[in-house]
Amino acid sequence: MVTQSQVLAWLDRYADLIAEQREYLTELDAAIGDADHGINMNRGFQKVKSQLPTMADKDIGSILKNTGMALLSSVGGASGPLYGTLFMRAGMKVDKKQALTADDLLALLQGGLEGVIQRGKSQVGDKTMIDAFQPAVEGYEAATHAGKSVVEALTEAADAAEAGRDATLPLIARKGRASYLGERSKDHLDPGATSLAMLIRTLAESAAEG
Amino acid sequence: MKKLINSPDDVVRESIEGMILAHGDLLKAHYEPNVIYRADAPLNGQVALVSGGGSGHEPMHGGFVGLGMLTAAAPGEVFTSPTPDQMLEAAKLVDGGAGVLNIVKNYTGDVMNFEMAAELANSEGIAVRNILIDDDVAVKDSLYTAGRRGVGTTVLAERICGAAAERGYDLDRIADLCRQVNINGRSMGMALTSCTVPAKGSPTFELGEREMEIGIGIHGEPGQARMDMKSADEITEMMALEIINDGAYSRTVREWDSEAEDWKEVEITDPPFASGDRLIAFVNSMGGTPVSELYIVYRKLAQICDQHGLTIVRNLVGPYITSLEMQGASITLLKVDDEMLALWDSPLNTPALRWGM
Repeated sequence: MVTQSQVLAWLDRYADLIAEQREYLTELDAAIGDADHGINMNRGFQKVKSQLPTMADKDIGSILKNTGMALLSSVGGASGPLYGTLFMRAGMKVDKKQALTADDLLALLQGGLEGVIQRGKSQVGDKTMIDAFQPAVEGYEAATHAGKSVVEALTEAADAAEAGRDATLPLIARKGRASYLGERSKDHLDPGATSLAMLIRTLAESAAEG
Repeated sequence: MKKLINSPDDVVRESIEGMILAHGDLLKAHYEPNVIYRADAPLNGQVALVSGGGSGHEPMHGGFVGLGMLTAAAPGEVFTSPTPDQMLEAAKLVDGGAGVLNIVKNYTGDVMNFEMAAELANSEGIAVRNILIDDDVAVKDSLYTAGRRGVGTTVLAERICGAAAERGYDLDRIADLCRQVNINGRSMGMALTSCTVPAKGSPTFELGEREMEIGIGIHGEPGQARMDMKSADEITEMMALEIINDGAYSRTVREWDSEAEDWKEVEITDPPFASGDRLIAFVNSMGGTPVSELYIVYRKLAQICDQHGLTIVRNLVGPYITSLEMQGASITLLKVDDEMLALWDSPLNTPALRWGM
């Protein structure tokens, strides 16, 4: 199970990690995009973090939907609609819940993934956050089917997300601003896949901390 | 980083505040979410024209708000598209009952934020249409990229469609006109230096003393290719020929279907230029290139157009769609007909452009 307080801890932990990694994400984006990913994600998640105290008595669905709305109105760029949609769709899948079972978490992750695919019209191999997100969801699903615990399954999802992130290195971007570079987008990690991998890792860590 | 600012976090807000103080006769502002809009809006029965994008391209878009151009602009953070709540607020502030046309530059973030905004506004009963500007010929294919970027033609489309709104065109007719301007306009840009986003504090890329970046967008992003520096005439010729010789360009875009209340795919094709065409020629500074150098570019561009049987009937030379302090220039050529020309010439009164008043 993942509890409501673990979800809050996850968002708090991720906001802190983004603040810490702001320059790194921005540097990744400068190489193949427009040098604002870390700046924009940090602005959005600082807003999310500032609202967390008001979320203390809310259900998980409301917390995630509120996170999505906060991101949508503060991040801008492509990341705003994509991360905003991710959290709103994820929240819709776990409406009114105070704790999440393994199946709830799968529904949450799948809902988020479907939302991002619809909004961004991307697929694996385009050098986007989907390259980390889809393997993470598949990895989680496989691990739970194999009878592993939620924490083990989330850890495998985070491993898969990081492997997916690393696999963006040689890819030629087909979506977003990086796509204009063609061959020159090779040999760079995708910033969106990088921030997404961090999101899954912090989820696994927060679930493990109990 | 050396910039005439107080704090990187306050750049957008303080710049809007100054604009309103300087042009209070023309403009008002709404803060959080940020919108710059015409002081006399809403205009009853007139289609409202809204555009927006990241800040850092001034005077676009806020400087083009006024009579005969935009009704409202939604300024995002520097080089970051505005958020859906900004465009929704803009639509609420300026809709005069005849609907709202959003002019959207083709960047992944802009497209997604404007699509979400149009969905929200239409669900609240405001008729909103989005028309995309995608005119940058440096992008060759739309299959393996996000498609051609929206650059210089945006300025010309905002002017021509704004004049049409002033004349009482309805929403469908303005949307058609905007699409026509888009498919008849082509642009290309180049950079001599990078630029520094205030929040980042260091240049987005580095160019050597003898290097230039060709085929850039307007965000300090790397371009099509890096080359050794050349003369103004050689650079102008390279860009002008890419534009003039560009073939038919087809792609599928998403437009709002007000009857189905959903997005529909629309295939559009840019016709190539042909001898005998009449043009508006726009030579633009990326921010750091002086006007004297723009005229050196215009001089060569006029010669090349003449050699190709293309007649420049109007021109615009100056910094209108910029990338902060980047040195560089872009060229836009727009094929016009009598209707577009008459709209171009009609009265215009905005902070950045004013004629016929």
